[in-house]
Amino acid sequence: MADTLLEVEGLSVDIKTGNGTLHTVRNISFSVKRGETLCLVGESGCGKSMTSLAIMDLLPKGAKRSARQLVFAGEDLTSKKADQFNVLRGNRMAMIFQEPMTALNPAYTIGDQLMEGYRRHKSAGIAEARDRAVFLLNKVGIAAADERFGQYPHQLSGGLRQRVMIAMALMCGPELLIADEPTTALDVTIQAQILRLLAELREELGIAIILITHDLGVVARIADQVAVMYAGEIVEQGRATDIFSDPRHPYTRGLIDCIPLPGKTTPGRKLGVIPGVVPSLIGEITGCTFRDRCAHAEAQCREPPPPRQVPHHSWRCILEDA
Amino acid sequence: MTFFILKRLGLAILVSLAVSAIAFFLLRISGDIAIAIAGEGARDIDIAAARQLHGLDRPLIVQYWVWLLQIFNGDFGQSIFFKSDVLSLVWAKLPVTLLLGVLSLAFALVISIPLGILAAVFANSWIDRLALSVAVVGQALPNFFFALVLIVLFSITLRWLPVSGSATWAHYIMPVIALGYYVAPAFMRLVRAGMIDVLSADYIRTARAKGLPAHIVIFKHALRNAVMPVVALTAVQLGYLLGGSVVIETIFALDGLGFLAYQSITHKDFPVIQAVVMLLSVLYVLLTLLGDIANAWLNPRLRIS
Repeated sequence: MADTLLEVEGLSVDIKTGNGTLHTVRNISFSVKRGETLCLVGESGCGKSMTSLAIMDLLPKGAKRSARQLVFAGEDLTSKKADQFNVLRGNRMAMIFQEPMTALNPAYTIGDQLMEGYRRHKSAGIAEARDRAVFLLNKVGIAAADERFGQYPHQLSGGLRQRVMIAMALMCGPELLIADEPTTALDVTIQAQILRLLAELREELGIAIILITHDLGVVARIADQVAVMYAGEIVEQGRATDIFSDPRHPYTRGLIDCIPLPGKTTPGRKLGVIPGVVPSLIGEITGCTFRDRCAHAEAQCREPPPPRQVPHHSWRCILEDA
Repeated sequence: MTFFILKRLGLAILVSLAVSAIAFFLLRISGDIAIAIAGEGARDIDIAAARQLHGLDRPLIVQYWVWLLQIFNGDFGQSIFFKSDVLSLVWAKLPVTLLLGVLSLAFALVISIPLGILAAVFANSWIDRLALSVAVVGQALPNFFFALVLIVLFSITLRWLPVSGSATWAHYIMPVIALGYYVAPAFMRLVRAGMIDVLSADYIRTARAKGLPAHIVIFKHALRNAVMPVVALTAVQLGYLLGGSVVIETIFALDGLGFLAYQSITHKDFPVIQAVVMLLSVLYVLLTLLGDIANAWLNPRLRIS
């Protein structure tokens, strides 16, 4: 386990609301190895983003994190104070957000925003930071990087801004990059370019990536490991090849059935749908969270589903194989 | 940017002209100026003489035109009460009022910006409520009443500060507090609302994700964006302060434009009233123009386009 970069065990995120406590992330565990890509998959509101924000200690006010273990590169994150976290954040762990249009500060040039974290973490001078920024802008495929450096966010398109965000995240050479739906707000061509870029960067720089997405197409292109989240829990996780070739949890099955595949999906046939809606995450949920939508549900599903495992692949269901 | 400034400048000139017309015609509506000039107990013949002497027998529009032309030549006429040149009279009082306005504004900003930031950063906490109470009291208290409270406290009870006059810097303390506290709540609310809005923006999360410490996130990333509407308001409020100085200067007998305006109104000294109104209005228009330009400069989306 020497190459494990991030170890998450028993992570929960609770948000106090007027109607009770919202358990957005409930007791999840996973780990990420150096140089590996983990995809967190699930539908909107399943707790993917909260998971990533909890790792970065960027949870919104009112959200509370608890974890049995949260270890990054041998350092315990649960005991870190805000200023200690600031030493890691943006330096050794970096994050890219979903909305490139609003994630950059409109009042400062992108050059200024690129350099500030680097200058702080690396105690670097302007000239050095500028060289690094221009180098990375080139690297993420921005033409005329020198000129872009002095421009303001509103002068850049969405795709360019997301590239700037990626360059910004890479400034300090992080070991872990968390990308929260980095391509959702972009059109399909740009999406493909950004994914290719992330894959290249992983190869070249050996960065571990946690990619959060609801798009299984994206997962299939980039993931080494996959964790499928449903209603705040990880219901199935394992190597990407295994998840796609041999999904065991009925929810994962349902998700994969929803993807149209050229050549495989018969024209005219209806795509799979998962009936029903995600249960409310307010209050305690006992038993399998998916049982109300599951075709295989039995009385037994009211009990906590048993953990099941084959090599490199685990899931929680009463069934060996859905 | 140049086009933007030219456009605003053109607008400012038009507004100033409109104000000059209003200042001129409003005064004529308020009563027969010739009777006022001729004084109490004047005979009809005296009034007629005064009317002719000051050109008040000509059509209004012609009077306005003549007055406007004189203004452009720097001639605001003669004061009826002070018996001296209006321009030099007004000119002598202007520094006192400007000083009072600028100091009051500075005082207002110095208390409202930190309070607004604190209230936003600790929104809905006791700090926020305390700041809000300070603002509510400031808005609810009429400034003349607050000025009297200050006088009772600092001049009569504690005997720390002089009651009236404008001889030393100590004479400015109470007027500045009274006038500044009056406009501070508007700033505080604007800063608070702006900061709360900005602090929840995506780019603030980005800044935090970079590992920047809280003070840089708040002062560099948030305040810069929250302060834009404050700049616009500052210009407007400074104009408001110049107007508010009429009451405050009169209470503290501070020898500025406001006091002059009060004196000339009681003595129906219409050339002085017109000049003061005109000057304050033009100042106000200029300040608004400056505020617009400063705002455009602060906002890259306006500056670079």
